[in-house]
Amino acid sequence: MTTAAAALAVRALHKRYGDVVAVDGLDLEVRPGECFGLLGPNGAGKTTTIEICEGLLEATSGEVEVLGRRWASDERELRQLLGIQLQETQLAEKLTVRETVRLFRSFYERGREPDEVIALVQLEEKTRARVGSLSGGQKQRLALACALVGDPQLLFLDEPTTGLDPQARRQLWELIGELRAGGRTIVLTTHYMEEAERLCDRVAIVDHGRAIALGTPRTLVQSLGADHVVEFALGDAPIDAERLSRLEGVRSVRSNNGSWSLTVAELHVALPAILAEVERRGATLAELRTHSATLDDVFVSLTGRRLREGA
Amino acid sequence: MSTSARVAPVVRERRGLREYPLTQLVMVRFLEFWREPEAVFWVFIFPILLAAGLGIAFRQRAPEVVKVGVLMSDEHAGVISDAVAHDSRLEVVPLDDSAGMHALRTGRIALFVVPRAERTVEYRYDDTRPDARNARLLVDDAIQRAGGRRDVATARDRHVREPGARYIDFVIPGLLAMNLMGSGIWGVGFTIVEARRKKLLKRLVATPMSRSQYLASFILARLAMLVLEVGGLLGFGIWVFGVPARGSVGTIVMVTLTAALAFSAIGLLVASRVRTMEGASGLMNLVMLPMWIFSGVFFSASNFPNAAQPFIQALPLTAAADALRATLLEGASLGSLAGELGILGAWLLVAFAAALALFRWR
Repeated sequence: MTTAAAALAVRALHKRYGDVVAVDGLDLEVRPGECFGLLGPNGAGKTTTIEICEGLLEATSGEVEVLGRRWASDERELRQLLGIQLQETQLAEKLTVRETVRLFRSFYERGREPDEVIALVQLEEKTRARVGSLSGGQKQRLALACALVGDPQLLFLDEPTTGLDPQARRQLWELIGELRAGGRTIVLTTHYMEEAERLCDRVAIVDHGRAIALGTPRTLVQSLGADHVVEFALGDAPIDAERLSRLEGVRSVRSNNGSWSLTVAELHVALPAILAEVERRGATLAELRTHSATLDDVFVSLTGRRLREGA
Repeated sequence: MSTSARVAPVVRERRGLREYPLTQLVMVRFLEFWREPEAVFWVFIFPILLAAGLGIAFRQRAPEVVKVGVLMSDEHAGVISDAVAHDSRLEVVPLDDSAGMHALRTGRIALFVVPRAERTVEYRYDDTRPDARNARLLVDDAIQRAGGRRDVATARDRHVREPGARYIDFVIPGLLAMNLMGSGIWGVGFTIVEARRKKLLKRLVATPMSRSQYLASFILARLAMLVLEVGGLLGFGIWVFGVPARGSVGTIVMVTLTAALAFSAIGLLVASRVRTMEGASGLMNLVMLPMWIFSGVFFSASNFPNAAQPFIQALPLTAAADALRATLLEGASLGSLAGELGILGAWLLVAFAAALALFRWR
């Protein structure tokens, strides 16, 4: 894929606020028709990056090309082509759902019928309801409707499901999944690894304003060289990390205050070996868990931290 | 360029007037206003209630009957009391000496008449009180005439009670101007600061919406609301209190229009950078407080010292109130209001230009 055909190309992007570096040399390329995710913890620079791409913030340096155009010279044209959902916008509470979508529709030269977009985000029953009476998930779907009503070539979604309950989140994932299946180009930010894994064709993992890994969720997880994670905690006796890492199938070993986290390639071989080692040391297991490796484990292996501390 | 398959065909319709962004923005302003019952109360109902209250408190009464005390101990008192009671403008209150002095001190009677001997009478009253001096003249006149005095000249009374010179006539144009200021500055200012605080402004500038149309929608919505606002209060004043509207409709419309535009522009300026409602509220009070005090809404601004007059006359509320009074009460023409309209126009231009330069969209 050449640069000219990219839906979004970002090169050597920097953004500084005084002494604080929010974005520190970030490169991205989003292809037409793909759903691209910026995954990273809070404060990684995702929102700053996406808002520069949306033409709402000025970069300190670096280049941004959106649909082959630049903000400095083609703002009017670009605004017609983009659909944008910001983090934490509160739409006017006194207006109804239809009035809100109609207002946004009026700004675009071309677009879709408000009622059609309302149906698309499954708010038909709320068409005449005031925005103030909607639930968090419904408000977020209305925000998505406002982003879609101009029939955008490129859709930016900044943390579309943050703060929603699991059911509302799943409903929004289904909607975004349908948009993606319909071939729409989407750039989204998230700090939920499930969201990135489920929705995105490709993911850039962002930390401290840099993209530290890039690829499909699958290839990123495969890069660990291990498809399972074994976590356990010991009640007493110490155990030797060196010996653990030499067990068959174990790829990496981490420990933190008596909690151990091992990435393993073949769970059926590695797990009995680990248990045998624990028993040999005369230790007792206080906890044992295994799960398939996720993007969160990729983030841990790259940074030593979890995406969501405490999660 | 990317030519990804679209989910649905693009709709490209011929737009009705209602689908234009400016129409939509103005409509939204209206809907948001009407769906806020408190705003409707303060803009439309409160000024009328205030006018009604002031109008009733300061209404014109029938000529008042003056109460006069007469000391009843003396044998001449009956004659004097009959003479005074003969005048319908006076009411006799028979009293003894101590009760009379008490009534005088507490203001229940304006004058205490104490007969001394035949054809001798003493008037006790507070000579610094106009109503007391007035009562003395009336009572003395009644007693002298009853005693046989003849008038040497013929006098006839003709009563002239002119609308336009009463307090309600003075205060209605002032309230009108104050209302234009309040709804301009509050109405425009709060809505914008609220939209900025909720990041709605930022969301709107992320669309192709024209920023000047957004600002224009506030002013257009204000002008449309003006018809109701001015019509309601002025209509109430004319209908209930008979406040005169001597100026031409064109002049009244021009004055209110210019004033509303000037105050809306000041509202835009006040709201151009503030991020919080508390900040907006403080700044608006700071802007409006001097005008509430000095601009002569409830009493004439000419009561303030001469040195302060250039400042007071330059305030937009002074200009608006003076211009409205001149046209409503005196029927002033547009030409003669050039000074006031000039001041309002200058505020409009300066505030609007400054607001555009300072406005923060995020």
